[in-house]
Amino acid sequence: MTTPQIEHPKELLMIEEDPKSKPYFINVLIRLSKNKSALLGAAILLLFTIASVFAPLLATHPINEMNYGESLAGPSSSHFLGTDEFGRDLFSRILYGGRVSLLMGLVVVSIAGTVGVLLGVIAGYFRKIDIFIMQCVDVLLALPSLLLAIVIVAILGVGLTNAMIAVAIAVIPSFVRVVRGSVLSVRESEYVEAARALGVKNHKIIFKHILPNIASPIIILATLEFGSAILAAASLSFLGLGAQPPNPEWGALVYVGKSFLSQAWWMTVFPGLCIMLVVLGFNLLGDGLRDALDPRLKL
Amino acid sequence: MSSYLLKRVSSMALTLFGVSIIVFLMVHLIPGDPVTYILGDFATEDAVNKLEAQLGLDQPLLMQYFSYILGALQGDLGTSYITGYTVWEEILNRIPVTAQLALYSVILGTVFGVLLGVLAAVKQNTIFDRLAMMIALVGISAPGFWIALFLILIFSFQFGWFPISGYDGIYSLILPSVTLALGSAGNIARMTRSSMLEVIRQDYIRTAHAKGANMYRLIFKHSLQNAMIPVVTLIGLQFGYLLAGAVVTETVFALPGIGNLIIDSISTRDIPTVQGLILFIALTFIVVNLLVDVVYTMLDPRIKYE
Repeated sequence: MTTPQIEHPKELLMIEEDPKSKPYFINVLIRLSKNKSALLGAAILLLFTIASVFAPLLATHPINEMNYGESLAGPSSSHFLGTDEFGRDLFSRILYGGRVSLLMGLVVVSIAGTVGVLLGVIAGYFRKIDIFIMQCVDVLLALPSLLLAIVIVAILGVGLTNAMIAVAIAVIPSFVRVVRGSVLSVRESEYVEAARALGVKNHKIIFKHILPNIASPIIILATLEFGSAILAAASLSFLGLGAQPPNPEWGALVYVGKSFLSQAWWMTVFPGLCIMLVVLGFNLLGDGLRDALDPRLKL
Repeated sequence: MSSYLLKRVSSMALTLFGVSIIVFLMVHLIPGDPVTYILGDFATEDAVNKLEAQLGLDQPLLMQYFSYILGALQGDLGTSYITGYTVWEEILNRIPVTAQLALYSVILGTVFGVLLGVLAAVKQNTIFDRLAMMIALVGISAPGFWIALFLILIFSFQFGWFPISGYDGIYSLILPSVTLALGSAGNIARMTRSSMLEVIRQDYIRTAHAKGANMYRLIFKHSLQNAMIPVVTLIGLQFGYLLAGAVVTETVFALPGIGNLIIDSISTRDIPTVQGLILFIALTFIVVNLLVDVVYTMLDPRIKYE
């Protein structure tokens, strides 16, 4: 008598797949597409991303072209958002500034996310060094993040790159905390225990079993922190510690505009409005993702 | 409770010790020499050596840290290189403005945030709910410095109701307080809404409603009091946000507070003042969070700390 060959473990468990069931990712997208606020957030972000990517095509004037005859001119058909003290076109400068601001957010979240996830996983999985890492995180969390970023910029020196590094360092503790918490709950799951009992190596357990299962809180946090990072970096530029004029980063534009507030309100209002809209977009999308990825957390 | 407090205070001391090390190292890494800043570029070597010895800067870093921490434990945070006042005097000179700013912002932010959150929860899924939550999100998303400039533009330049900058009593703190309150109100409103929604679905609320309890009493007495527990945590956390936000707001409104002093001290490389201020802010932040935990027990007697 021959033993029947088992093609797939599902046959052994006699699991019948529902032909109508959709992959998890598709379900998340369907839930997300039903959330009007999240769609609004995504639309805002898409608009700003397209505007930044195609800035060279959309800009109506060269960003550093000075025209003293038109300095501090209000919004008009030739200058949609007015001009600055050198007669430079604000609309074109804001378009290019969007590239800097969005890039800052991306770099900050990439650095903070990578380091934070790594430290969070180490703290959550290898309990012997957990106390040390979490004590360091507690110390950093005892300092308001913007204040921490200001001191780090003071050490590294004023400038765009250093501002990004400073904000990233200040954001790392949030990632460590969230990731560690998620790892702690997942590492006790039966499938992780089973993998450990089968002798699967730690790095394989982390990358194959733990990380995919804690992806939701990481995605949500990264989306929300993207907006916060843009806000913090803009605040540093506004304090004169981040991007320096003539760089058209939005915070730096507001910094310049405040000196001309009574004569040229557009220099302050429009770049600030762009920061607010982009951060709002990330917050709306982040909230939507939280509801879609983890419906239990729905507010 | 007392053993819990003891545990928290000892963990607080450990965190503060860590903060002191990190801040000490970070502040000493700030480029630039305070001696050169004080004496100028053309000072004689003798004068430089004398001042370095006087400030203790000729000592190894470890020794400098120990003498600093020993002094701090006895309440001596050092003396400002620039003004010659002790750091405590500097803090005491500046704290009234920042404390008033934080207090008014917390009050405004809490009242506005809670009302907005309650309105959104009671009118769930209506236009009021969506509008209230959109206002809250805009408050969270708008940069503080931009709100500040926007308020100056309207209420100072257009209407001339408030001073543009400087400190001249409570009147000059209205716009800065509103600036800071808007951000925290947004967070408080969101938390109040979600917390209220959970509470108003409870059986005892349904029972009170069925018994014909007055709507006002039902919302503010039965629901809100229980919904306030997570909100109180958030208000405590917002305190840290307010301290950081005060740096930006005080700069915009040129207010003589702690936030403005930090920026000035960093630019002049006034090491003792920067160190002292950051330690003071960290201590305040940690103590406020501890107080929040204690307030929990008053709001909900079921919570017992072991």
